Amino acid sequence: MLKLDDVSVGKNVTVNDLSSTELLRERMLALGLTKGARIEVIRKGPSGDPTVYNIRGAMIALRKEEASLVSVVPF
Amino acid sequence: MGLTFQSTQSCSLADIFQIDKKEQQNVIALAGNPNTGKSTVFNVLTGLHQHTGNWPGKTVVNASGKYKYNGSDNILVDLPGTYSLFASSAEEEVARDFICFGNSDAVIIVCDATCLERNLNLVFQVMELTDKVVLCINLIDEARKKNIQIDAKGIEKELGIPVVLCAARNGTGIRELKETVNKVAAGVMKPKPNTVLYDNNIEDRINSIKPVMEEYGRGINSRWLALRVMDGDKKLLESIFSNINPEVFKETFHTVRASEVQADKMNIRDEITKQLYKKAEEITDKYVKKDVSKSDRDRKIDNYITSGIFGIPLMLLVLAFIFWVTVSGANIPSSMIAGLLFRLEDKLTLLSNNLNAPGWLHGILILGLFRTMAWVISVMLPPMAIFFPLFTILEDLGYLPRVAFNLDHLFKKACAHGKQCLTMCMGFGCNAAGIVSCRIIESPRERMIAILTNNFVPCNGRFPTLIAVSSIFLAAKAGTGFGILPALSVTGLVIIGIAVTLLVSYGLSKTLLKGIPSTFTLELPPYRIPQIGRVLYTSIIDRTMFVLWRAVIVAAPAGIITWILANIYIGDLSIIGHTATILNPFAKLIGLDGYILTAFLLGLPANEIVLPILLMSYLSTGTMIEFESMESLRSILLEHGWTHLTALNVMLFCLLHWPCATTLLTIKKETGSIKWTALAAVIPTGIAIAVCFITSIIFRISGRA
Repeated sequence: MLKLDDVSVGKNVTVNDLSSTELLRERMLALGLTKGARIEVIRKGPSGDPTVYNIRGAMIALRKEEASLVSVVPF
Repeated sequence: MGLTFQSTQSCSLADIFQIDKKEQQNVIALAGNPNTGKSTVFNVLTGLHQHTGNWPGKTVVNASGKYKYNGSDNILVDLPGTYSLFASSAEEEVARDFICFGNSDAVIIVCDATCLERNLNLVFQVMELTDKVVLCINLIDEARKKNIQIDAKGIEKELGIPVVLCAARNGTGIRELKETVNKVAAGVMKPKPNTVLYDNNIEDRINSIKPVMEEYGRGINSRWLALRVMDGDKKLLESIFSNINPEVFKETFHTVRASEVQADKMNIRDEITKQLYKKAEEITDKYVKKDVSKSDRDRKIDNYITSGIFGIPLMLLVLAFIFWVTVSGANIPSSMIAGLLFRLEDKLTLLSNNLNAPGWLHGILILGLFRTMAWVISVMLPPMAIFFPLFTILEDLGYLPRVAFNLDHLFKKACAHGKQCLTMCMGFGCNAAGIVSCRIIESPRERMIAILTNNFVPCNGRFPTLIAVSSIFLAAKAGTGFGILPALSVTGLVIIGIAVTLLVSYGLSKTLLKGIPSTFTLELPPYRIPQIGRVLYTSIIDRTMFVLWRAVIVAAPAGIITWILANIYIGDLSIIGHTATILNPFAKLIGLDGYILTAFLLGLPANEIVLPILLMSYLSTGTMIEFESMESLRSILLEHGWTHLTALNVMLFCLLHWPCATTLLTIKKETGSIKWTALAAVIPTGIAIAVCFITSIIFRISGRA
């Protein structure tokens, strides 16, 4: 299964499932990471982490650890 | 901390969130996502007539203000900016509880026109709670610049609530917003929110629980309550249904829950959010037209600001510039305020002589209380009044989140949050303000780390001590001002402070804070031009005055105590002298002396008075004095046996020792826990003693002490 942190910059994907729990899951949902949501990978930070994503029109940075909890499919 | 079961049980939520209002006054709540310009809308509506504080028992800002429109009096309550109302953070809980229990007559939801899809999630959630909703789509000017067209009428029809397009910054649409809010609050306009319909499975269950909710739900929307029973917000339900006999309560919920065994909380929340966002997507697809080619200005800027090559050097330049402006700009006003206050002291002395006041009273009130306060104000006020507005400008510009983004990888290695670098920067201004700013870190574990380690960045109360001592012992020739060597050594100390911060952060997260939940999501808001008026207002009122006031109330009694201790003699030594003698053997062990340690102890209320107290004790003058020149300070210190080791250890101890009383009070307020406050004092003290002990051993072994 493809994880969000494996997607390279410039690609678009859609969310398939979240494996985060509790607080982090709530936050991810609140930011709009629901099943089927489209995500664009915008850029990586100066050392390659965290990465900025376009999630429902907002620029949200996630660390590798968080992004790896989002399974995605190519758009 | 926060609301215990005890306090919520007696339905104190309703008490906390009820706003005192007179008859014919309307209470209007202002909700919205972070970074939507909500505070601008708030300021435009209320002018500068606002009152800020904290929600009782919560470290969440509570701002309210008044405005009149068309003869009706409105109290506007600014709710914390949140992405959702599911109460997964203190901010979300406050926002939700206010809409639930506050007696508001209307709720304005502020949305960012450039990011409507994400914002609509919150709109739907509020619409499930109350009918009296007005949607304010803000930043419409920014949206137009980005070629985003919004069909407000269409959205209004789709949602069933009034929609107003606004650009609060230049006042566009504010009149219409006030008009609409008045109509909704007065009941002239009755919004009929089209709440999102979930799939049949969920809707069936809502309908089966609804009757019970209607009966016992204290007038709170029964559909919303039914949803909360299903996704299981226990604390909220217990507080709402506290008027039911506990047995009936248990039974009711048992039957409700038993009927939906397969429904686990996680799946329901997922499903609900998915449906809300699906609807949001539909609406934005239909009514928001975007020209993609024009919307990438921010990305172009980010190519430089967050690039691997320019990002970090640029950030260092910006921060260095701010510190330089603060330090060099503060000198003149500092000495002016000092001059003014000390002239006033002379006048007061004259007055007390004329009134024949006894010497001890003059000593306590003027040489003790007044002089200490004058000291603290003249040292603290100017740098803060310069530093905080500059910092707030960077914040409003959208630059600070990028700094956090650029540096996050370093902080991640220390198991801390990228935003901690911002709270540390704030700490350079004042550690107490730095600790308050830790609220920007949403993740509980990383917030606590940032609070406990903030003290390792030297605040502007400690900088003068570091600069004075390093100038004396490192300048090639004393009295030549602030040379390159002292500058380097102060920089070195700051770097040591940062290193200790990261080490302690790592240690804490692996030991004491293990298991406390941690999340990382960082929104990079669009770049915006800051509003200078708002910047000055919030940074002067909220930050500078807040810190100054706390410092003054702590420093005033400390001035009295210090004066008493310095002027009561037992035998031929003052109490300070005796304390120093007792502490001396231990102090020598860590390369200091008894007087230095006593000065640090007495300087607990405010770090800026450490050096004046030390000079007072060395010279047995009985009142705090400022050194006349670097040369005279140098000779006083040398006469009292200072070596390079003493100087080094005084600087290290100053950098690493316990936080000042103002900071400790703030930590107590922010964490709500004596235990964490005690740790915030014990950890740095232990480190300071250990480090100074090691340096003195090294000096002794190498024969340099």
